[in-house]
Amino acid sequence: MLLVHPVRELGQAVPALVGLVLAGRAMGEGQTWWLGPAGVAVVVAVSVLRWMTTRYRITPEQVQLRTGLLRRKTIAAAADRVRSVDVTASALHRVLGLAKVEIGTGSHHRGRGLELDSLTEAQAAALRAELLHRGMAASQDTARATSLRAEPCAVAVAGDHDTQLEDDPGSDQETELARMDPRWVRFAPFTMSGVLGAAAILGIGSRLLNQSGVSPGDVGPIRGGLDYVERNPIWLDVLQGLAVLVVFVTVLSIGGYAVSYWGFRLTRHSHGSLHITRGLLTTRDISIEERRLRGVELAEPLLLRAVHAARLSGITTGLKSRSGADGGSSMFLPPAPRSVARQVAAAILRDPAPVEVALTAHGPAARRRRFVRALLVALVLIVAAGLAVLRGAPQWLVWAAVVIVPAAVMLAEDRYRSLGHAVAGSFLVTRAGSLYRRRDVLQCEGIIGWNVRQTFFQRRAGLATLTATTAAGRQRYAVRDVPLGLALPLARRAVPGLLDDFLTLAPGRQL
Amino acid sequence: MLLRDPVHLVSPRAVAYWTVRALPLWIIVLAAELFWSSSPRDHFAVRIVVPALTVVLAAAHLIVMPRWRFRVHRWEVTSTAVYTQSGWLRQERRIAPLSRVQTVDTERGPLEQLFMLANVTVTTASAAGPLRIHGLDRTTAEALVAELTEVTSHSQGDAT
Repeated sequence: MLLVHPVRELGQAVPALVGLVLAGRAMGEGQTWWLGPAGVAVVVAVSVLRWMTTRYRITPEQVQLRTGLLRRKTIAAAADRVRSVDVTASALHRVLGLAKVEIGTGSHHRGRGLELDSLTEAQAAALRAELLHRGMAASQDTARATSLRAEPCAVAVAGDHDTQLEDDPGSDQETELARMDPRWVRFAPFTMSGVLGAAAILGIGSRLLNQSGVSPGDVGPIRGGLDYVERNPIWLDVLQGLAVLVVFVTVLSIGGYAVSYWGFRLTRHSHGSLHITRGLLTTRDISIEERRLRGVELAEPLLLRAVHAARLSGITTGLKSRSGADGGSSMFLPPAPRSVARQVAAAILRDPAPVEVALTAHGPAARRRRFVRALLVALVLIVAAGLAVLRGAPQWLVWAAVVIVPAAVMLAEDRYRSLGHAVAGSFLVTRAGSLYRRRDVLQCEGIIGWNVRQTFFQRRAGLATLTATTAAGRQRYAVRDVPLGLALPLARRAVPGLLDDFLTLAPGRQL
Repeated sequence: MLLRDPVHLVSPRAVAYWTVRALPLWIIVLAAELFWSSSPRDHFAVRIVVPALTVVLAAAHLIVMPRWRFRVHRWEVTSTAVYTQSGWLRQERRIAPLSRVQTVDTERGPLEQLFMLANVTVTTASAAGPLRIHGLDRTTAEALVAELTEVTSHSQGDAT
């Protein structure tokens, strides 16, 4: 366990050490040879010291972490404020049987937070179990207080969870909700990860080439490739280039999928938390308290939708703001068959209705709006292409622009078909988007206000965008372009009572 | 069944405030145009027509926008909820239950002080839901803040 810090810090200090060694060589005639080894020794000593001076302690009220020899630092967090305990183990950690524990307290200005590196795997697991269990016990009172505060919406999720707690307060049972099937890897090429990875690699590669000052044409294999390309007709080049690109992106995305999600497992613990384990090289072990869960997002980007796949993430409060990698919404299921995603969502919510329910369509006015917007964009492109041709651009530009029209029509129709909303059980369900279609399922209890927005054109069409504000996930979940006649009943069903004071029967001025 | 307007209008001085607040942008735009058109190469029509058009647009905006806003901007506080309405071309109504209110702030910018106005911001635990009431009379704003603080201090929990 001593090894992680020295090895990692040596790695980070390599540039400085190389500098030291070179300086030792250059300065004296063999008298300063010791500079390099001394540098290594100092780095090792410092990291060993850091390990020796780091102590953590868990009292009934607090988690304390104390570090430093010369400048001592103590970080303490109230045990009942512990919101997440993530266990991460990089490949190096795993070889040594170690793990890193990150304790999240939901603090927004987290300098380095509570981070316990290099515990043994057993210690890490025990620590996590203890912290979460303690957090649970301490928070039970607050949870009660919350549900006592006259919430109009029936809270099925919290209710179940309370009864379970009373049934078996001590024991911790684990139920598996999802496990990665290796066949899911086939969905990887239909995500953007491969494309992004390829772009990043090409970008870094070209920059390295630029900075090294080597012209690509001088490198042997590339020279050979260029010669080959020049000998062939253009259509063959394009085909071959595309094929190579497709293979490259596919391999990258499959690799990325496997590295991130291998061994993915989602489980529910009977003391009220969800656990996610995943990772091929670096394993991550994430836990989310169910009382912080406010719903799920079922995302179906166009490509994934084409192969009947979807991904699932959670809407949770109290985690980091959306800047972090996991953001306010945590990944619950990597790209997987849509039927599996629905089952898992139903299991997480303990209610199949929100994911299965047929959504109410938003009607002809909303549909007209989708078409007007898509066709306006197409029109602008055609006019721009026309002007460009008048100025001497090649004529095919106009035809290319005209081809956009059918694409715009298809996009508009699909965008309209995606639009929909419902109140199912104790959840508000809303869906929108075509290229990135998402069904948001938000617990009504998590709704802390309504925003009703109408632009000039929406007012003319009798539509409004009804946004539920919440402290979780994206903070806002919108029902877009819903007819006014449907918006009010929807808002009243989701949060009964809130709007009652502001209703009128008189057909007065619309907003 | 419809959502009615909130009961209270904002202070009539807000009209003047909104006009003055929108003025600098138009002055900058016009100054930039006059600066560019002072170069002799430009076509006569462009030199005259564009600034003239800008003046007409500015006048329309400065006359219509504040009055339209004054008709739209409204607010109301009941025993259970805060309700605001704002905007002109794009209008928005926001409703938040008092039990979920986290902070109540009042603020007076330099221009608002000139017109003896204040704005009140009511935030909830959601980053998406601050309710802002602009152009309130200063005494009204103070009374409103006092009332809201009094009501929300009774509610329990962390309001998420």
